Amino acid sequence: MLALLLSFIIGGVFILLIGKDPFVVYAMFFSQTMGSWYGIGQVLFKATPLIFTGLSAAISFRAGLFNIGAEGQLIIGSFLVAMVGCTFSSLPSFLLIPCALLAGALGGALWGAIPGFLKAKFGAHEVINTIMMNFVAAGVISYLVTNVYSVPATVHTPQITASAELLRLDVFASAFHGSPVNVSLFIALAACGGVYYLLWRTRFGYELRAIGLNPIAAEYGGISIARRTVLTLALAGALAGLVGGNFVLGYKHYYELGFSEGIGFIGIAVALLARNHPIGIVLASIFFGILEYGSLTINTMVPKELSNILQAIVILFMITLTKFLSRWTTHLQECIVQDSNV
Amino acid sequence: MFDSLISFAFLSQTLRISIPYALPAIGGTFSERGGVANIALEGILLIAAFATTVGTFWSNDPLIGICCGVGAGMVTAFLHGIISVTLKADQIVSGIAINLLAIGVTKFSCQLIFNSSSNSARIVGMEKWNFPSSIPLLENPFVAGTVVVLIIAHVVLFRTRFGLRLRSVGEHPAAAESLGINVSRVRHAGVLISGVLAGAGGAWLAIDQHSFTDGMSAGRGFIALAALIIGKWTPLGAAGACLLFGCAESISIQLQSSFHGLQFIQLIPYIITMFVLAGFIGRSIPPATIGIPYEKEKH
Amino acid sequence: MMFSINMQHISKRFGNLRANDGVNFSVQQGEIHALVGENGAGKSTLMNILYGIHQPDEGSILLNENLVKLETPARAISFGIGMVHQHFMLIPSLTVTENIILGNELTSMLGFINSSEAERTIEQLSDRYRLPVNPRARVESLSVGQQQRVELLKLLYRNAEILILDEPTPVLTPQEVEELFHTLNNFKSMGKTVILITHKLSEVMAISNSVTVMRRGKVVTRVDTVSTSQIELARLMVGHDVEFRTVKTSPPSSMPVLVVEGVSAQSDRHLPAVRNLSLSIAGGEILGIAAIEGNGQSELIQVITGLRKPTAGKVVIKGQEYLSSRHHPPVSHIPEDRGKQGLVLDFTISENLILGRHQEKNFSGLFRLFNEKVESNAKQLIQVYDIRPPTKHLRVRNLSGGNQQKVIIARELSKNAPVIVANHPTRGLDIWAIEFVHSSLLRERTNGKAILLVSSDLEELLKLSDRIAVMYEGEIVTIVEAKNTTERELGIYMTGAVKRGA
Repeated sequence: MLALLLSFIIGGVFILLIGKDPFVVYAMFFSQTMGSWYGIGQVLFKATPLIFTGLSAAISFRAGLFNIGAEGQLIIGSFLVAMVGCTFSSLPSFLLIPCALLAGALGGALWGAIPGFLKAKFGAHEVINTIMMNFVAAGVISYLVTNVYSVPATVHTPQITASAELLRLDVFASAFHGSPVNVSLFIALAACGGVYYLLWRTRFGYELRAIGLNPIAAEYGGISIARRTVLTLALAGALAGLVGGNFVLGYKHYYELGFSEGIGFIGIAVALLARNHPIGIVLASIFFGILEYGSLTINTMVPKELSNILQAIVILFMITLTKFLSRWTTHLQECIVQDSNV
Repeated sequence: MFDSLISFAFLSQTLRISIPYALPAIGGTFSERGGVANIALEGILLIAAFATTVGTFWSNDPLIGICCGVGAGMVTAFLHGIISVTLKADQIVSGIAINLLAIGVTKFSCQLIFNSSSNSARIVGMEKWNFPSSIPLLENPFVAGTVVVLIIAHVVLFRTRFGLRLRSVGEHPAAAESLGINVSRVRHAGVLISGVLAGAGGAWLAIDQHSFTDGMSAGRGFIALAALIIGKWTPLGAAGACLLFGCAESISIQLQSSFHGLQFIQLIPYIITMFVLAGFIGRSIPPATIGIPYEKEKH
Repeated sequence: MMFSINMQHISKRFGNLRANDGVNFSVQQGEIHALVGENGAGKSTLMNILYGIHQPDEGSILLNENLVKLETPARAISFGIGMVHQHFMLIPSLTVTENIILGNELTSMLGFINSSEAERTIEQLSDRYRLPVNPRARVESLSVGQQQRVELLKLLYRNAEILILDEPTPVLTPQEVEELFHTLNNFKSMGKTVILITHKLSEVMAISNSVTVMRRGKVVTRVDTVSTSQIELARLMVGHDVEFRTVKTSPPSSMPVLVVEGVSAQSDRHLPAVRNLSLSIAGGEILGIAAIEGNGQSELIQVITGLRKPTAGKVVIKGQEYLSSRHHPPVSHIPEDRGKQGLVLDFTISENLILGRHQEKNFSGLFRLFNEKVESNAKQLIQVYDIRPPTKHLRVRNLSGGNQQKVIIARELSKNAPVIVANHPTRGLDIWAIEFVHSSLLRERTNGKAILLVSSDLEELLKLSDRIAVMYEGEIVTIVEAKNTTERELGIYMTGAVKRGA
């Protein structure tokens, strides 16, 4: 919480620097995001993909792995979602949507499994390899979209079939009218539940956490680290790959180059803020959703890039404050212990 | 058609393309040899390019602009150092955050100063040096500068007291400290050097294009990272890898009109890096404690 | 009397732990002084204070009668104090010269290192003190004994007058120990002061002039070595008389339970570590393995417990071969390093109590972990093994060393496997915890288990084992009956001085 507060204060300083009143700006910021159902719908729409990438980062962190590759995984996954959505037009919705999502998950999983395999088999560090895979994904997909599958004169693929579209929530709740929040929000929440169950209620989750906390002990306990590493990164990739459900099936109905705008990286921030806990990830995603949509609404007064700055500052405060606070509290405890001994 | 590859123009283009890879790659070598992973190179490049543009725009003197760029690079690197060395937070996350910050700050300020978040006004470039024509490649002061920096970097890292200490705090900080070396200070120095050099790389980007455009670092910081891995964490190796990448890019530019799918050439650095890390093309072993904050052992 | 070092009323706390409590410690110039005590007695803390790594909470340090403040190692070095740490502080990828001059480099005006001059100085030093080493070699290519020479040269290069050696011998071969002692005597004759931290009392008797004994953060006594004996020192160290033998009730059965046949294995560095080794342990028998660190005993254990693939040979348990199968062999394994290998310190007691057993059908299905079973298992084992505090959801990190070891022993013994492998099971434990471990192992022996015990503590081996196998360079040199041998005899075999059959 302290980190969030401090970030807003620094954000306020930025606003002051350009000669605007931070209170006016923030008032608008919050009323636009939380003051109307439309705003809330927009925030939830922005939060949905962050839940997926946040889970993707969190599950890797729990296993002691660093997945910076969510960006590439979601690019591959979303592209495949769009491809399946526009190719198998004869399938009914209840088959086509799961197929499209499955294709996205599999694509992401493959993109995650490659660095996982390189780590397990050759000990190549996943941080660098996932970064490299991001660039390879971006390159390959941009080639395919511009040269093979594009609608002429655009940078997006053809429309998916109507039967592959995910319903918007304003169909059920008219209050959301006009906001793009859609059924994939529920898929994201289900994914949170799934990850929670996986981590604390299954053998695999137990093993994954053991590896993350102490790989040597895990190996001693008969756990094959290599296999779990591949599986974990594949799973992380699959979660990232599901992002396509929100943007492709639920909103634009086609794949567009550059739609992700760093969602994969912000997922890491979400996981950090949530301390890798699924429930925290929902909250953290909503927070970052507010930042993203909120800075769009104040764009007339303050450049919308304020959101990037705020996001970065939140991350920096998160990683430094936790360190700082933990050191401070242990110091305090020591003092108390010493006093009570005297 | 291939004649065009073996020409002076091609060579000079390759060198020009390689500079913004090589400078941050050489700089990154210093940071990483000292045990501080630096994926913030990308953000440093971007911020430095912007600072250079602004500095040149206001002063109308590219030299002052370059100084601004290098200074901004140092400040950004210092931030990374404070977070990851002094506060001992996660170096990778710090790098990611700084990259995000760089995108935000540059666009934000670009909007304020130039009234557009994606483009700056045009700035003046640098004059060519009047060097003897026998070495025309060096007439570009940045090319000459990079060569000098490369040689100095190699000598400093492997022949001087500072270099020895830097390598030692990256390999075994506890051993270095037991001999009275201030681990934090040496690591900070390594990170700052990476900021200076990556800053210079960013300055060149802006000067070369006569303007700032948003996201103009375009992954060069990460290619630099790839280069220093392929170059086995040595300045010479890293620069060599950058030259190779520059060459590949140059080829793809020259042949762009005649072939389809040449974009794939630009993926080569990333793929080679993965092969090298996996040990397929000669093993590249990172400094032993890279990425790990040094905490004094308790008790 | 003139003391070159005089530490007075030193106290140092780490959180709750009083590592040093009003310690007085003094050493005369030109003597070899031994500092002995069990693990955790506070020896290392005291020496880290003297070397400027830690600051004392109370107390003062006098060097040659002058009050000094040693805030950093650099400061200590400037007063002529040098320390060789238990784990060498060498950088493997650098050369000997680079390691030695680091932090004290000879440079030209511009900061360039003058390496030829440095090499010459090092060669002179190594001649003068008879510490032969190639200054251009990379440290990673040197043997352990050579690396120790580099550490000593590091101190000499800095003109150290006071040399602190923290447990220098466990990693050395006997020949290397002998050479080291030669060197130390050499130092003494040149007027240097040596402090030797150790818990090997025979070494104390062999080389020191005087000795300080520490126990639980306090100094128990300071005596001249000639006026004491090994037995007396042992008594002072542990605080009660050491009982050397235990009476074993039942004889081992004749049925071999664990059979190792012709096993060879490589170390992590792909060097041959175990060479064509065979042994067999009967039910109700404890086979001890005595060896100096790094003679293949760790790799042998890893093969038997299924953590390392042998390059040849097989392991048979109760008639079943366990190398080809993917299942882990039925072995209870008490590992060498609790916190590193045996426990996930940030898991709860319950979670740790199923580590390695979590795949049993009792505890989990393919997509489920049966939490009720995990909890009831924990409840039961906490009670049976008296783990304190008895809080299932406490993270193991917050337990004492003895209770952490109890968690491991509870888990491993409750597997009810026919074979038990115990690797240094009492390292770093206090006397009560040691007693608990010993009685647990002896009880399992009575229950008919085949037990393999590896320990560097020869007393422990002699006390518990039925037979003792001595390993040297990956082979078993000899197997002796524990009741018919002595530490001295084992020591001779451990050095490889006598080959099998000779």
